[in-house]
Amino acid sequence: MAGRLRVFFPLLFGLCWCNSVERKIYIPLNKTAPCVRLMNATHQIGCQSSMNGDTGVIHVAEKEQDLKWVLEDGLTPPYMVVLDGELFTREVMEKLKMTSRVAGVAVSKRQPSKGFSPDSTCPNDGFGVYSNTYGPQYAHCNSTVWNPQGNGLSFEDFKFPIFLLQDENETRVIKQCYQEHNIPLSGSIPQYPLCAMQLFSHMHAVTDTVTCMRRNSLQTSFNINPEEVCDALTDWNIWSTLKPVNISDILHPDNKVIFVAARLDSRSFFWDVAPGAESTVSGFVTLLAAAEALRKVLNDQQTLLKNVMFVFFQGEAFDYIGSSRMVYDMENGKFPIGLENIDAFLELNQVALRKNSILWMHTDPVSQKNSSSVQEQVKTLVDALNNASQNSNVTLKEASSTQALPPSSFQRFLQARNIPGVVLTDHQSAFQNRYFHSIYDTGENIISNYPEGISPEEAQNLLNDTAQSLADVATVLARAVYQLAGDANLSTSTIQADAATVSKLLYGFLMKLNNSWFQSIIPAEKSIILDNDPPHYYIAVDNKINPSRVVQYVLANLTGAVFNFTQEGCQKRQNEDKDQYDYYWVQGSLDENSTTRTPFCVRTTTRITKALSPAFELREWGSTKYSTWTESRWKEIRARIFLVASHELEVITLVVGIAILVTSLLVTYFINSKADILFASTCEPGAVAY
Amino acid sequence: MTAVVFFGCTFIAFGPALSLYIFTIATDALKIIFLIVGAFFWLVSLLLSSLVWFIAVHIWTDVNTQKRFLIFGVMFSVLLQETFRFAYYRLLKKANKGLMTISQEETMPISIGQLSYVSGLGFGIMSGVFSLVNILSDSLGPGTIGIHGDSPQFFLASAFMTLAMILLHIFWGVVFFDACEKKKWWALVLVIISHLLVSGLTFLNPQYERSLLPCYAILLLMAVWAFFTAGGSFRNLKLCLTCLDQDFLLTSQ
Repeated sequence: MAGRLRVFFPLLFGLCWCNSVERKIYIPLNKTAPCVRLMNATHQIGCQSSMNGDTGVIHVAEKEQDLKWVLEDGLTPPYMVVLDGELFTREVMEKLKMTSRVAGVAVSKRQPSKGFSPDSTCPNDGFGVYSNTYGPQYAHCNSTVWNPQGNGLSFEDFKFPIFLLQDENETRVIKQCYQEHNIPLSGSIPQYPLCAMQLFSHMHAVTDTVTCMRRNSLQTSFNINPEEVCDALTDWNIWSTLKPVNISDILHPDNKVIFVAARLDSRSFFWDVAPGAESTVSGFVTLLAAAEALRKVLNDQQTLLKNVMFVFFQGEAFDYIGSSRMVYDMENGKFPIGLENIDAFLELNQVALRKNSILWMHTDPVSQKNSSSVQEQVKTLVDALNNASQNSNVTLKEASSTQALPPSSFQRFLQARNIPGVVLTDHQSAFQNRYFHSIYDTGENIISNYPEGISPEEAQNLLNDTAQSLADVATVLARAVYQLAGDANLSTSTIQADAATVSKLLYGFLMKLNNSWFQSIIPAEKSIILDNDPPHYYIAVDNKINPSRVVQYVLANLTGAVFNFTQEGCQKRQNEDKDQYDYYWVQGSLDENSTTRTPFCVRTTTRITKALSPAFELREWGSTKYSTWTESRWKEIRARIFLVASHELEVITLVVGIAILVTSLLVTYFINSKADILFASTCEPGAVAY
Repeated sequence: MTAVVFFGCTFIAFGPALSLYIFTIATDALKIIFLIVGAFFWLVSLLLSSLVWFIAVHIWTDVNTQKRFLIFGVMFSVLLQETFRFAYYRLLKKANKGLMTISQEETMPISIGQLSYVSGLGFGIMSGVFSLVNILSDSLGPGTIGIHGDSPQFFLASAFMTLAMILLHIFWGVVFFDACEKKKWWALVLVIISHLLVSGLTFLNPQYERSLLPCYAILLLMAVWAFFTAGGSFRNLKLCLTCLDQDFLLTSQ
């Protein structure tokens, strides 16, 4: 009956319950993030496991010496290395890559104190403006290494799976299992059963984007149920103008527009773990605050001589997907604003980690040298910014005039046309950010921790230093833009970015999208984007609703106008002037002591446009001009730990089985052949033919 | 690598049943049919007992009550199985009469003693399959039991328990049918009690030595009893062993 008891459960609840025997064998690790395979025109990067997952005996490596066991001494390879965050370096990973004794790596999430960036030292190299034909002395970061922490791990191709252990409790369970089973007692070798881990992350695509896109198109043309192997990284750019622009028309070249830009995305070594606090949130939050400050002084009086466009580029971490697409659309007349309309370009890069409140202005030395008019216009820009920073807490300084632009969206515009522009950052040359494009670029990187035991509502409104300093930057930016766009004689001192707004924005975009403010300004059908966990800004492929879409609704709320319409009225107005404005029916804040909301109608000039690299539009999958990043598809990503039995025990089981089978065959044959004698009863005529 | 464990456990649990099937059942079409019908009867009894369990867990959602009910559920299931064994006996009796009328010969084509063995094997195989298949499918994975501190002998112990169950079903079948035939109701009661006892022993798991050893003791007793019930005797056994010796002597000469 041993089985009967166990049979009941799977028989009845097998579909909804995890099999009870399986639960006795495996502990699933639910809070992990894999490293997945990405491809560009020439390479594949990332990791993958074999089809049925890779299994190895766990070895916890906390110090460099612990790796010796994995690489040389251990008797039971392959090993699954549980690597401490400090050890996740290029040197260690190179070593693990060289040996066949490693089945996979699980990285525990402990922040390396001396900094960590898996991106390269020269981010987006080869896709910016500097090349052999344009400022060759600046190409490939020859003059300035922007990201000295960068170890380029993100661009390596690993033959084994690498997972991030995001939950400390799970890491503890793994380490406990390791300590109980895998640590040798008093110098002897560890005895079976040993604690092991299995990682599943098999990737469908291989080689490069050219190959996988060709396979995709073969599948779609010949297969009834096409199973695509990879998808292009794509999402949406978000933009808005102060004066409405007719989107079904193209702006006359005489109309000038000042571009104020920031980027929306980040990345890291692990899939969809991209907190990007300094690398992206600091920039776009400041831009949102500046947009709000400008909107407040300009309410309903369209006195500006030039229009102002706020734009948030998506996918910039992957060779400028968003900006290259917008430039491509502008060149091909698919965007209401053309390149010739751009009067000036101001870009906010990483701005939260300023030393001594210095904000650095980066300009392009090559375009200034080539054209004196550009040089003059850049000077106007710099002057406007310098003017704006007077009487403020921000010190503006020009980075060296012989230094190239840092990696920025502006480079893509510069590539297409000589446009005067300034990139604002917190670093003079190398990044202040020690965790650029890594999993550690979290809120703590730019904000000192929120006090313990604080309610979400209080945390949201807590005025911290970071919020104040970003508000200062936003103020300077807004004043400079106002000066550039309007009458230079106008007093700008009334323009002031709201630090409280910045606080709320920082809390929302770093800690928790699902806060009361964001809930109130988002349409009800979009509220599923709002999540309780800290948001991640990986661009991803089409099927994900990106948290950066919240920026669209925040921008609409900060720069739009509220109308007292019904839902039908809102819809009606939308149909009437859809060329000029968009109308959002947002769900509103919670009523006092109630669970109902009062929705309202917002009129805005905020729009989204596709941020898909032109390489895919042109079907030039081997393009070196445009980003060609694709993400492989996969079937399952999971991790689990369990014990493995020794081969001896397994072989013993088999030998016993075979022995029993053979013996029973012999015995049965013998008894069957002698059944008439054996069961020949004197009193029983009908004997069993045993 | 654990396909090794899979095959090991499969051979342990189903090796004897397989060899019995090959040598004693597969040669006779009628026996195959009775074997499968026997298996079907066991399945129906399982269906009914799972229905009872299904209702029970919906009535008592509390986990502790469910655990207490599990013992009751097992006992109930055992009684149901024995009821179905009796039902199958009645059916076979009816079928035998029918077979007699259409048969050309004077005697029955298959004796009730043989039927008891065939039906017992049918019951055993089906119950064995149901108790082990889930476990076997999990043994194919890379892991083994024990991460929560359970005994690593689980697969081996389950395989041996299943083997015991299959053999016990054969012996119970033989004794049960004989008891029905001769109206020895005390033997019937003893079969049911031993079945209840063996099922109850599994509650001692995961201390496998405490459940497996008594279980195999009961198996041995039932085997002896079934042997004598089927017409075996010491004299026959001796005769058999001596003719083995004679054969052995003949072949070696």
